[in-house]
Amino acid sequence: MGLTKTTKLEEQIPASGLKKFWADYSESPLAVAALIIFLTILFIAIFAPFISPTNPYDLASVDIMNSRLPPGSEDFSGNLFVLGTDGAGRDMLSSIFYGLRVSLGVGAFSGLVALIFGAMMGLSAAYFGGRYETLVMRIVDIQLSFPSILMALVILAIFGKGVEKTIIALILVQWAYYARAARASALVEKNKEYVEAARCLALSDRRIILSHITPNCMAPLIVVGTLQTAHAISLEATLSFLGLGLPITEPSLGLLIGNGFEFMYSGDYWISIFPGIALLITIVSINLVGDHLRDIFNPRLQR
Amino acid sequence: MTAFILRRSLQSVFVLFVMSLLVFIGVNLVGNPVDMLINPEADQAEIERVIRDLGLDRPVAEQYWFFLINAFQGDLGKSFVFGEPALKLIIQRMPATFELALFSLLLAIVFGIPLGIYAGLKPDSKISKTIMAGSILGFSMPTFWVGIILIMFFAVHLGWLPSTGRGELGTFLGVTSSIFTLDGLSHIFLPAFNLALFKLSSVIRLARAGTREIILQDYIKFARAKGLSETRVINVHLLKNILIPIVTVIGLEFGSLIAFSTVTETVFAWPGMGKLIIEAIYNLDRPIVVAYLMIIVFIFVTLNLIVDITYSVLDPRVRIKGEA
Repeated sequence: MGLTKTTKLEEQIPASGLKKFWADYSESPLAVAALIIFLTILFIAIFAPFISPTNPYDLASVDIMNSRLPPGSEDFSGNLFVLGTDGAGRDMLSSIFYGLRVSLGVGAFSGLVALIFGAMMGLSAAYFGGRYETLVMRIVDIQLSFPSILMALVILAIFGKGVEKTIIALILVQWAYYARAARASALVEKNKEYVEAARCLALSDRRIILSHITPNCMAPLIVVGTLQTAHAISLEATLSFLGLGLPITEPSLGLLIGNGFEFMYSGDYWISIFPGIALLITIVSINLVGDHLRDIFNPRLQR
Repeated sequence: MTAFILRRSLQSVFVLFVMSLLVFIGVNLVGNPVDMLINPEADQAEIERVIRDLGLDRPVAEQYWFFLINAFQGDLGKSFVFGEPALKLIIQRMPATFELALFSLLLAIVFGIPLGIYAGLKPDSKISKTIMAGSILGFSMPTFWVGIILIMFFAVHLGWLPSTGRGELGTFLGVTSSIFTLDGLSHIFLPAFNLALFKLSSVIRLARAGTREIILQDYIKFARAKGLSETRVINVHLLKNILIPIVTVIGLEFGSLIAFSTVTETVFAWPGMGKLIIEAIYNLDRPIVVAYLMIIVFIFVTLNLIVDITYSVLDPRVRIKGEA
């Protein structure tokens, strides 16, 4: 990370990349806490089927008699519903675990594809320049002048609802952000000596972009990626809440919140509130990690 | 200058055209509206009559051509569900949406600027830290969830404010709006606050950043040295200067308030055009979807054009770069 101040004794020894990164990262206790919370959520999402008290989508284990039980209730066979049950008698805690799985899965997958596609567009635009660059960046500009919720609504109005369609919508909404970030850093990188050296070696454009320029543009892309993933999760939740995103067979947190909305007027707050809190914790923790990463990678902040 | 405005306007028209093409073709590929809109008990003759009436038997290209010609004449097709012109339905609901968006903008400015200035003047105080933490939360919380919480707390739990509809309308100077009656005001407050929250967070951040920068300037030091009261320094010298970036950003983002009102209107059953579009997407009511999207694209393109032209007047560098 370039200039290291040599005032402190331990910093005189150049630390290895990862160690240095962790030393920088752990400066903020809030960001460390956020990272731990995020990793916990990730763990829950990945291992949801093993750690959930019940399988909320196994019809045999769900009893309609247990519908809308308040948090902490027990049914006749002594099963405890820590966070209560929803309108169909499903355990909320288990539903939230499974919902996290869907929300995080959709968010992370669409983010990853958007990152790869957007970065490729941005890097190639910066590298080749000319008309191609103008065309790509004009599309990016036009797209970014519309709010993401509107873009997503247009795409879902066109394609209809469904898992793949929601993922497509999220990818199409996000790629422009990655393209812009990738182009900005590639414009700086492409004029550096190492690229010139690679060109002198007559390496192919593909190889120069992929194995020389791309690794040096990763830092800003990781930052954009973290913040965008939080944004994608929030957007997916919004779309699913509106009933336009994921179908009822793949209940994400947004859908759970939407399901609970109808019961709220009768005072059954837990069906909506707990999935919402899970969503909020997820988004805030990712945002805090992303914000701190941005500070670490920002060269203007003395690092 | 003229060349710049002309080229920029042409560009806007081009964007409008491309969007109309994309939206129309795309929307025409969704499902089969015949199944959605015709009573399943209707006989074959009835079904054919409705298909002819709606123009669904024509090729897509022809439908688009008629759509384009009609759009220029202000006729964007009839709603499948309501049987009325789509444009008329949307324009009927536009005042409700604009009223909501403007009122939230007002809330964001009235609360955001003082909070931001305070956080900028005393960056280390506990209250400022709370304000800034709140603004991070405001950025992070999904709008629809905040809406639910507001309804639950203020409408269901406390019973203070109503949570659905527009309430009683009043007319003042020829403008009919909820904000001219007490009942209407009580109805608009929750949805407007919900919609304002995101903007509120960005106004706070902008006001804080502006304050911290401007408070160090010589003219502030000079104003203080002259012996002006702190109130006057803040209200006149500071406020005027932090307003410039805030007004720009707010102007630019008014469109996004209208876009996000789709969510807020659905949560609070606010009878605006945002709720109409969500319902239209559900029902595959294509003319409404197309007309709404065209109108919103038009609003956005116009807003962007105005902002760009204003910029180029204020800052010649933009113009020169655009012409190069």
